[in-house]
Amino acid sequence: MPDAIRRSRSETAGRILIYGTLVLFAVYFLVPLFVMVITSVKNMDEIRTGTLIALPQQPTLEPWLKAWGYATIGVTNEGIRGFFWNSIRMVIPAVLFSTLIGAVNGYVLSKWRFRGSDTFFAMLLLGCFIPFQVVLLPMARTLGFLGLSESIWGLVLVHTVYGLAFTTLFFRNYYVAVPSELVNAARIDGAGFFRIFWKIMLPVSTPIFMVTIIWQTTQIWNDFLFGVCFSTGETQPVTVALNNLVNTSSSVKEYNVDMAAAIIAALPTLFVYFVAGKYFVRGLTAGAVKG
Amino acid sequence: MASLVIDNVTKAFGRVQVLKGIDIAVDAGEFLVLVGPSGCGKSTLLNLIAGLESITTGEIRMGDRVVNNIPPKDRDIAMVFQSYALYPNMNVRRNLSFGLETRKVPRAEIENRIQRVAEILQIENLLERKPSQLSGGQRQRVAMGRAIAREPLIFLFDEPLSNLDAKLRVEMRTEIKKLHQRLGTTIVYVTHDQIEAMTLADRIAIMKDGIVQQFDTPDGVYANPANLFVAGFIGSPAMNFIPVSLSRENGHLVAPLVTADGRRFTVPVPADTGALAPEREIIMGIRPENITDFQEGMQSWAHIAALECGVNVVEPTGPDTLVYTEVNQTQIVCRLCPDAAPKAGDTIRLAFDTTKPLFFEPGTGNRIEG
Amino acid sequence: MPTDARQPGLASLLEAALPKVVVAPSFAAMLVFIYGFILWTLYISMTKSTFLPTYDFVGLAQYIKLWRIERWWVACRNLLVYGGLFIFFCTVLGLMLAIFLDQKIRIEGALRTIYLYPLALSFVVTGTAWKWLLNPGLGIERLVREMGWSSFTFDWLVTSEMSIYCVVIAAVWQSTGFVMAMFLAGLRGIDDAIIKAAQVDGAGLTRIYWKIIIPSLRPVFFSAFIILTHIAIKSFDLVVVLTRGGPGYSSDLPATFMYAYAFTRGRLAMGAASAMMMFAMVMAIIVPYLYSELRRKRDA
Repeated sequence: MPDAIRRSRSETAGRILIYGTLVLFAVYFLVPLFVMVITSVKNMDEIRTGTLIALPQQPTLEPWLKAWGYATIGVTNEGIRGFFWNSIRMVIPAVLFSTLIGAVNGYVLSKWRFRGSDTFFAMLLLGCFIPFQVVLLPMARTLGFLGLSESIWGLVLVHTVYGLAFTTLFFRNYYVAVPSELVNAARIDGAGFFRIFWKIMLPVSTPIFMVTIIWQTTQIWNDFLFGVCFSTGETQPVTVALNNLVNTSSSVKEYNVDMAAAIIAALPTLFVYFVAGKYFVRGLTAGAVKG
Repeated sequence: MASLVIDNVTKAFGRVQVLKGIDIAVDAGEFLVLVGPSGCGKSTLLNLIAGLESITTGEIRMGDRVVNNIPPKDRDIAMVFQSYALYPNMNVRRNLSFGLETRKVPRAEIENRIQRVAEILQIENLLERKPSQLSGGQRQRVAMGRAIAREPLIFLFDEPLSNLDAKLRVEMRTEIKKLHQRLGTTIVYVTHDQIEAMTLADRIAIMKDGIVQQFDTPDGVYANPANLFVAGFIGSPAMNFIPVSLSRENGHLVAPLVTADGRRFTVPVPADTGALAPEREIIMGIRPENITDFQEGMQSWAHIAALECGVNVVEPTGPDTLVYTEVNQTQIVCRLCPDAAPKAGDTIRLAFDTTKPLFFEPGTGNRIEG
Repeated sequence: MPTDARQPGLASLLEAALPKVVVAPSFAAMLVFIYGFILWTLYISMTKSTFLPTYDFVGLAQYIKLWRIERWWVACRNLLVYGGLFIFFCTVLGLMLAIFLDQKIRIEGALRTIYLYPLALSFVVTGTAWKWLLNPGLGIERLVREMGWSSFTFDWLVTSEMSIYCVVIAAVWQSTGFVMAMFLAGLRGIDDAIIKAAQVDGAGLTRIYWKIIIPSLRPVFFSAFIILTHIAIKSFDLVVVLTRGGPGYSSDLPATFMYAYAFTRGRLAMGAASAMMMFAMVMAIIVPYLYSELRRKRDA
């Protein structure tokens, strides 16, 4: 049957085309990471003489040690170590506060709606989308007024406040899908507002806590705008420090140190992504599509 | 056990009036069924009784207590939900005990009650399971168990059987009835299924558009429907509604019926009243079981009229065979003994029970009493 | 003796108020930190504030001045170019990858992981990586020359007319996976029966995709467009790291313009005016979107 054979041949060609394209793009997405990694273990001589994708002849961890411990960033010579810890000290409380408050907000907005709660939700939703430039100036004044400017707690406050819109949205959308009959059953069983939250809602909330915590961790860790506007010198988060290192104009460029520092700055979020990718993607689509 | 009085209760969501003055009163220990099509307000009414939503105007009394502003937890009620609403994170035992713990019932007493409820409902072997590990029927039992364990004044059931398959539904229906006979507690039961309503209820409130159309015993609503809606809603297959134009023949008021092939016969109408008079267009209602196969000897029965007509469709159901034919340009259904079943296209002789027709006003749908 | 409970008790009143009490702090924070701050920025943009806010009202003078600044025009033109290309490439590539991945690919899980990992990275890290790859001396240019094409030049990063395209390249690299994930979710949501029906009707695979599947992804296109536009208008980090807005201010975007005027050049009022312009751009797109979303949900 020539017809069938011809079709299967064109089908095979199609499969090859599809696989070829997919693999090509996988390479495209991987090359920058690959180049970063190999560059970070080359010495500067090799970088000057070799090409981007040439494998290191004499691999060295020196750039990593320097990036971590003694590279010059701003006015200090202590690498990005301190800034890395700044980010951690900022991320943990900010994620914790914004997630917990968001959970309670979401619970109220889905299961204890009152006159005006829908308006509140719509206003909050709009808050998810504002360009933060529009709040930078008053926020800077407010942090100064509160005595929090250029402190890590100031950044914690900023990230908590502007994270609330998203965390509330996440929890509200999740809790809307939990049957209201459960809440009614518990009310008839004599449970009040907080008891229902603790005993009925929280036990079924593990997935949405995962999604929210991962989303918030990634967002806050990766933030640059708030960091660069509301912190200076020793209190800067790692993203700002990385930019200062990369865009310094004072000393000789050390690309290997830049790459090592970039990978260090990316490691926590990459780790989260590879460990809990399922929740990561769910957060992306939930936060974005469901709006 | 407590009586329940619903006194001129209304409920509005914003500008939408969902309940328009409901009056229902049942004695302690009665089984009340609220039935009606979706959107009739029956579930809203149940939520008002439960206290899950607030009353706009009117009063609800349980026993001699006005409960309008008492929160659900203090009304001493228990509720079984359509989706069962079992707490997914707790096993069956914890589901049964949750409400009792919240009410600070002593531990030993809780154990006691769980044991007894589990025996009654035969769910002893399920106590350690999570709801996700139960079948639909088992979940239903647990949901009822949770309500029974509470030993409330009043049970509320919100379409508890509608998520079960047909066979299980009939079984559970019988169990609920047995349970009521055993516990004797007042029950308010919401359903859209008129058979459930008929089989379970001591009294039925049939609702439509936020109004109670009729509040009566099952026999009462079946035999004496207050209006076209009730007459059509209760009974399966539904009552036939035939438009007739009354006339006077031989000094008697009659309703003439004409079959598709032009045969004419008349049904006597009880008496002249203002509404029942010659030239009046009215609607005659007759249940399918009152038009049946014509058997030997029936000629002599005064209340039987013979009716010859062509058969359009035949539907055997097992115990009966339903036969569709046409009278006054309206399709009607008759209930025949399977032995006498004709084929489509046959002409058959039917026995029409002339004592059974009911008469309704065409515009308002109200019943015209003879 | 009948207990009368027509009046709700104090305890139940408190219980009823609890939900409102619990969300009240968030509500207040939202009013102050979002809406109050927007109003403040709006007010500042109508003053002559420089390093410190002053409250002398000058109306729309700053906006008029803003639209006379060459650098702001460059930033807006760049946003159009960058936004347009960014949205176009992300959508086309994302859709293509999603459709290909949906063909029962054996290694789908691994490929998806690879396509999506850039999303976990900060734009600062992405910028650092691409700054190195696009380095005119040592990056791709050098690589191609070493491979034999000795006259190859690729110096967009340091060329005024081309530097904004470098930002496009890096941004597309980072966000394509996201669009792919959205389209893939959309494709998985399409009822198989529709495709079977089309096959029974005799339509070929390509035709099914063009005529049935891609048109039914319309809502995803819509969402993707909104989100990508939103990302584009807010783009800041990538430009700062990759080009610092340069050479000169040739690759400035509104966000970097705002930062430069408000935080480094001490022109608060001008910075505020540019921030309000960005706000207006975002609202022009988001408000109709949210409105239609909310209405659709209410109808559903």
